Amino acid sequence: MNKESVLAILDTVKDPEVPVLSVVELGIVRDVEFDGDAVTVVLTPTYSGCPAMQTIEDDILAALNAAGIAGASVRTVFTPAWTTDWIPSAAREKLRAYGIAPPGHSGVHSPVQLRRREPVVCPFCGSPNTAERSEFGSTACKALHYCNACTQPFEEFKAI
Amino acid sequence: MLGHRLSEWCGHGPILEEDIALTNIALDLVGEANLLLGRAATAENAGRDADALAFLRDVREYRNALIVELPKGDFGFTVARQFLFSVYALHQWEALSTSADDDLAGIAAKALKETRYHVRHSAEWLVRLGDGTDESHGRVQDALDELWRFTGELFLTDDVEQALVKQKLAVDSSSLFDAWKRDVTDVISRATLRMPGDVYMQRGGRSGMHTEHLGVMLAEMQVLPRTYPGAKW
Repeated sequence: MNKESVLAILDTVKDPEVPVLSVVELGIVRDVEFDGDAVTVVLTPTYSGCPAMQTIEDDILAALNAAGIAGASVRTVFTPAWTTDWIPSAAREKLRAYGIAPPGHSGVHSPVQLRRREPVVCPFCGSPNTAERSEFGSTACKALHYCNACTQPFEEFKAI
Repeated sequence: MLGHRLSEWCGHGPILEEDIALTNIALDLVGEANLLLGRAATAENAGRDADALAFLRDVREYRNALIVELPKGDFGFTVARQFLFSVYALHQWEALSTSADDDLAGIAAKALKETRYHVRHSAEWLVRLGDGTDESHGRVQDALDELWRFTGELFLTDDVEQALVKQKLAVDSSSLFDAWKRDVTDVISRATLRMPGDVYMQRGGRSGMHTEHLGVMLAEMQVLPRTYPGAKW
């Protein structure tokens, strides 16, 4: 058993709210620690109030248990703070195929920035002719948009 | 406190998108409070956890600023309060993200990212309402005028805070005022609104002296864990 084999198991654990991404692709698994036979998964939360974090912890422990790694534990760290920049490009393509526009670069904002960056590209038809409806959507991590070209509402995994 | 006040909009937002936005922000704030209270419980080391600190303290034991416990008012009041507080929170989190306490610094760095969204949301609404109709302009101006006397308390410091500042653990709240005033003035002007004048500044939250609204709010917020101690679901 090594870090790679544990990560391979964790790669089968999906985000319950965005089931197309694994917890590894999401970038919240920061490390795997070994102390003798004891395995500790080091996790960082997405949003402070993300209600899926407890479910994710339970799912991780259940997956490890099912793979024969008993008695594993999860340790939460806050530094460095999670950013969508950690989501690799292959995972971004999965998001797009699933109908969620992938996050742009989180960038650095001026203190009170009113204007948003360039329009988000529609994940359905690829048009940039879209309008933001709200920066807050069905979960903490998503924003609401509308595509003027294919007249479909869609969600964006927002950059943070 | 503010997370609970925002959650009162659930099902009552002026439009569906705002209902969702306000409750999303509420979720962020409650999440941040959970992390901070968890850190406080560790520091206290008295067998209380974050839930006990949130749900089993009485009014006089709360140390929050008065501005966050005020009733939600109309949508203009909620937007104005959210704006004034979010800009304060932005600068507080930014400064706290270099705290010598790793947990506090990490919580702050995460909350800072969330707060940027909160600031933009409330600032855009302030401009939309202020530069909107006579009705929306009037209501949001009234809200700013009413809220102004509760802003001074955000920048008061005390012996406890100063002791923590010396250890590089906490931020001197009075040091945040200039940046807050600059940002707030900028957006209020863009919203075609008038800066409220100098008024007597209310205080008391830090010493446990609250408005009459907090007790009523806590009665609702705490009823479940107090009625069914240890309830889980």
